[in-house]
Amino acid sequence: MTDFLNLYKAFLRISTTMMIQYRASGLIWMIGAVLDPIIFLVVWSVAARASGGTVGGMAPSDFAAYYIVLMLVNHLTFTWIMEVFQYRVQYGNFNAELLRPVHPIHMDIADNIAYKLVMTVVMIPAVVICVWLFEPNFVFIPWALAAALPAVLLAFLVRFFLEWTLALVTFWTTRTQAINRTYFGVLMFMSGRVAPIALLPGILQDVTSVLPFYYMVAFPVELAVGRLSPAEAMDGFMIQILWLAAALGIITSTWRFALKRFSAVGG
Amino acid sequence: MLRLMAVFFRLGMLNELAYRANFWVQTFESLINAIMVLGAVGVVFSQTNTLGDWMVWELTALCGVYFIMLGGINMILSPSLSQFIDDVRQGTLDFTLTKPEDAQLLVSISRVQMWKLLDVMLGIGVVGYAVRQLGDQISWTDASLFGVSLLLGGIIVYSFWIMLATLAFWFIRVENIFFIFWSMYNAGRWPVTIYPGWLKWILTAIVPIAFAVTVPAEAIAGRLSIDTLWLAVGLAGVLLVASRQFWKFGVKHYAGASA
Repeated sequence: MTDFLNLYKAFLRISTTMMIQYRASGLIWMIGAVLDPIIFLVVWSVAARASGGTVGGMAPSDFAAYYIVLMLVNHLTFTWIMEVFQYRVQYGNFNAELLRPVHPIHMDIADNIAYKLVMTVVMIPAVVICVWLFEPNFVFIPWALAAALPAVLLAFLVRFFLEWTLALVTFWTTRTQAINRTYFGVLMFMSGRVAPIALLPGILQDVTSVLPFYYMVAFPVELAVGRLSPAEAMDGFMIQILWLAAALGIITSTWRFALKRFSAVGG
Repeated sequence: MLRLMAVFFRLGMLNELAYRANFWVQTFESLINAIMVLGAVGVVFSQTNTLGDWMVWELTALCGVYFIMLGGINMILSPSLSQFIDDVRQGTLDFTLTKPEDAQLLVSISRVQMWKLLDVMLGIGVVGYAVRQLGDQISWTDASLFGVSLLLGGIIVYSFWIMLATLAFWFIRVENIFFIFWSMYNAGRWPVTIYPGWLKWILTAIVPIAFAVTVPAEAIAGRLSIDTLWLAVGLAGVLLVASRQFWKFGVKHYAGASA
């Protein structure tokens, strides 16, 4: 265990230094992360005002609360694994990582945490400014806020393992663009980023409650803004844990398979 | 100039025809993108009848304009200018500069990704369908204004990209600046008029998405004010001249690394 902690300490030190070195590109990524939720915040607020103050029972200030928290949660749980994996395999950068005595996923986790640590200097001011600009109606329910923290952690783990597994498709084909696009499209709608799930058409809502996407972003958000009952929260945690177990199962079983398929291009 | 463009188009086509499976991948990607953009409009309008006094078919037309611009940029501008930035870094721009044609024109059209024409055609189809749904409200004046404002939008976007790309003569990692454009371009899926003042200002004055997407869409919806049109004409003229001057200034600065 201490070995493991030391490993992560070392990885985190490397990753953080790297993220600070490449801070300009890191900052540029943040524009989308901040702007996207603001766009939908504005769209839904305008729609609510046009339909007499509320849409689906939500006023502009409720949308503001929802999307500002979503901005934060989506930032904390997002990964860029699926975009970079193709290059890794194609250009052979993965060869070196595979030679390390530990699973390459650990370096990726460290990278992810380091980026988020470094970017808090952008995220926190962004959240503060948005609170000032959009006057959200935060309902503070202590138990729900406390529960939202483990929910975010579980959401991160589910999303990370699932996207890492999907990224392994690169071992079979290096043309993963189409798969990635489809995944991001589904994720946009089903994780509550286009609209809070309650505003989606009925059929989509039913599907969302069993698929993992809602639990990777919207569930912690709705929990934090006090839109869920204790029973709904418990259900949510159960499904998160089930999906985490499933994701871990899939990742360990496909990894060995995928490795056998791996043949570096170049390097 | 047209002859030169035709040559590069043919080259681009020949290049892409060598990888025919790519056609299906690209079609699929275009469709997924269209479903996402139009789906979001559908979800919003399942809850409301108007969005900042835009009706559902007017907004659909706006999405069409969004696809047309997206396709245009991805077909010519983005691949050509990425190539240009690479050339500056590697010093291979020398080969372009020594050609007996205008260098700015050459770098602007040197790479053509033919399949991206799909997005343009899809966009035209979406605009056409939306216009039919809008019924007889569209006059010939609106249609020609649409053509003009689309052209102006294209000129503005082109000048903007050329100016960003010219920065490559001084800075190394300019591709990242294009990423800023794309992050902002997402906001163009909705009329910029709905955004709060500061964001509207950024999308109009700093990154010209308002003129690229919203203004042509306003024209087709018959809601374009004559002031906005003149503003677009003025901006297109100024940016075109400014980008040309900036380009010339940049080329002078280029020393030709190795090669």
